[in-house]
Amino acid sequence: MNGAFVAERPATSELKRVARFVLGELKPKGKLLTPFNVISVPIILLGAALLVVRFAKGLGSITNLSQDVPWGLWIGFDVVTGVAFAGGAYVLTFMVYVLRLETYRPIVRATVLNGLLAYMFYAGALLLDLGRPWNVVNPVIGNSFGVSSVLFLVAWHFMLYMIAEAIEFSPAVAEWLGLDRLRTVLKVMTLGAVIFGITLSTLHQSGLGALYLMAAEKIHPLWYSEFIPVLFLVSSVFAGLSMVVLEGTISHRVFAHRMRAGVKASHDGILMGLGRICAGAMFVYLFLKCLVFVHDGHAAWIGTSWGTWYLTEVVGFVLVPCVLFTWAVRRRNLLGIRVASILTLLGILLNRLNISVIAFKWDAPVRYYPTWMEIAVTLAVVFSEIWVFRWIINRMPVLDRDRTDVEDEHRRPVPGTGEVKEWRAPAA
Amino acid sequence: MNRRRFLNALGVAGATAVVTGGGEVEASTVVAPPNACGVLVDTTLCAGCRNCEVVCAETNGLQIPDIDDESVFEAERATSETQWTVVNRYETDAGEVFRKTQCMHCIQPACASACLTKAMLKTDEGPVIWREDKCMGCRYCMISCPFDVPKFEYHSAVPKIQKCVMCWDRIREGGQPACVENCPGEALTFGKRTELIREARRRIHTAPEDYHDHIYGEHEAAGSGFLYIGAVPPEQLGLRTNVRTDSYPELTKGFLYSVPVILTLWPALLLALSRATRKQEEIAVRQIEGGER
Repeated sequence: MNGAFVAERPATSELKRVARFVLGELKPKGKLLTPFNVISVPIILLGAALLVVRFAKGLGSITNLSQDVPWGLWIGFDVVTGVAFAGGAYVLTFMVYVLRLETYRPIVRATVLNGLLAYMFYAGALLLDLGRPWNVVNPVIGNSFGVSSVLFLVAWHFMLYMIAEAIEFSPAVAEWLGLDRLRTVLKVMTLGAVIFGITLSTLHQSGLGALYLMAAEKIHPLWYSEFIPVLFLVSSVFAGLSMVVLEGTISHRVFAHRMRAGVKASHDGILMGLGRICAGAMFVYLFLKCLVFVHDGHAAWIGTSWGTWYLTEVVGFVLVPCVLFTWAVRRRNLLGIRVASILTLLGILLNRLNISVIAFKWDAPVRYYPTWMEIAVTLAVVFSEIWVFRWIINRMPVLDRDRTDVEDEHRRPVPGTGEVKEWRAPAA
Repeated sequence: MNRRRFLNALGVAGATAVVTGGGEVEASTVVAPPNACGVLVDTTLCAGCRNCEVVCAETNGLQIPDIDDESVFEAERATSETQWTVVNRYETDAGEVFRKTQCMHCIQPACASACLTKAMLKTDEGPVIWREDKCMGCRYCMISCPFDVPKFEYHSAVPKIQKCVMCWDRIREGGQPACVENCPGEALTFGKRTELIREARRRIHTAPEDYHDHIYGEHEAAGSGFLYIGAVPPEQLGLRTNVRTDSYPELTKGFLYSVPVILTLWPALLLALSRATRKQEEIAVRQIEGGER
């Protein structure tokens, strides 16, 4: 074990090198006056200012939350919808690391990064909504475990899943910093983190739906069902993958300079594959929706205005994109895939907001609408996430190269010789 | 709590968190202790004097309401973050009836099972209390309560959840809730819940012409600490009739029971799947590498 102590370079100088490198990387790359910056910076600053007011004067100072509707846009969109949108990470890591569908490997890092940031920012937005955030450690440190609570499970799973995703992404950070031996250690943990992450995702994606199980009389019968958890889980599959399609489409325009040619060429095939999976998952979802609808005897509600709203969601934003995905995959039409993914995302947004906000307390005399300030804070959260995403994409090896590809190409048995050809790190 | 108990609790808690990932299995096992207390509200005896509102505010340090103001009866009022109990007036088949409203103190409270920090707690004595040092202000109790009882201070930087706690401190010292003790018409009776149900039955049985034959709270939400009887059916008294008679925590039981199953089965299945999909080349690499060592 002596080898472990023989460093190629003294540890202190290695540390200095990393520190100097990180400091250099902190500088902005690219133009400062872009349309995105011009729009996002004022909104982020406005959001920050509004949050100062919110923490000084209470939630009521900038939100329309009431005693009847205690969870509004910040929970309904940021947390409940945001986490569904982030579902792509667990689906894709399942496909790449467990099923080993190598076709999808080029996009797995960007997706995991997106998932990790989505959880950090959107689940993190939960803290903004907490009335007494200083007590947020209580369910963690063990002085009062509310173990019969679905929210307890969801909170723990958010935390653990963020750790799992951080481990999944960590080799990219090690590559960025040029820490080869650390990378080897982190890489070993990937499969474990992936399996743990998929398990956690299964439970908290459904758990977000299970949060509403006790609100049996408060949610409109067309949306309340004992199967909410299953519906949330199944819809997180196509919600997450549609987000991957949308994010990939945008990244290919915005971050084209960070991509290597091979990735670009394979991307169309990847989108087709994702479209196919979305269509399948949506078919399963629609089937479940039909079962719930018939089983609970909801036909009588269809004639009401709530019924029209329900059909808008289920037909307009699930059935239509499902058919569009199927059509586009058969015709190999990329535009169709992209349009379908956007419709799907809107449908998920509608569904999550319907359950958490719109059809919640549907018979109450006073309806909840978010204030412009709640919307501004939500936009600030989204823009901040995009800023961090862009910062990382422009620095770390996310879109441009994944050393695993190279490794796999080179770690092959030489036929007939019983030898393994090894990949070697190029000298720094 | 001594050291051993602390370590035990830590061990159990840790094991629960690790094994079930925090999910839990005791959703519906919140059983009412046999000597849990409650309050019987006999609406046929309530004169609408609102004295209970005043003594409640005095006892719990809330804003004292002006009970001479009759206009409050014009519209139905809900409890609020400054009023844990309110009296409403209803036009019923039996004429004008007054009814006090407050937390129902359910036997299996949705709020307490929803609370992830056990800030909302069902005590052995019967009251459902709120604990300031535990609560993180997530308001999941408000989402879950079928009676919309917990109220949140939206205009405070240090907000509290406000609701009736059935004067838990007074009860523990052998006393009665302030509203019960100060009710001039004896419309409120404090006691063991089982005895209150017997008393309610006795009143209905002895004067069947004065009462509608139903004890609200005996079965609603799987039973509550506050029980209501009156001359007219509950819906005429503004009592919620869309409330289930099954336990509310039971609604999450199926989901919570699936947690340990998924948490133990999924990793095994996924590992098996990942092994089964290993490429031939990779297997060959491993075999050769293994042979070398």
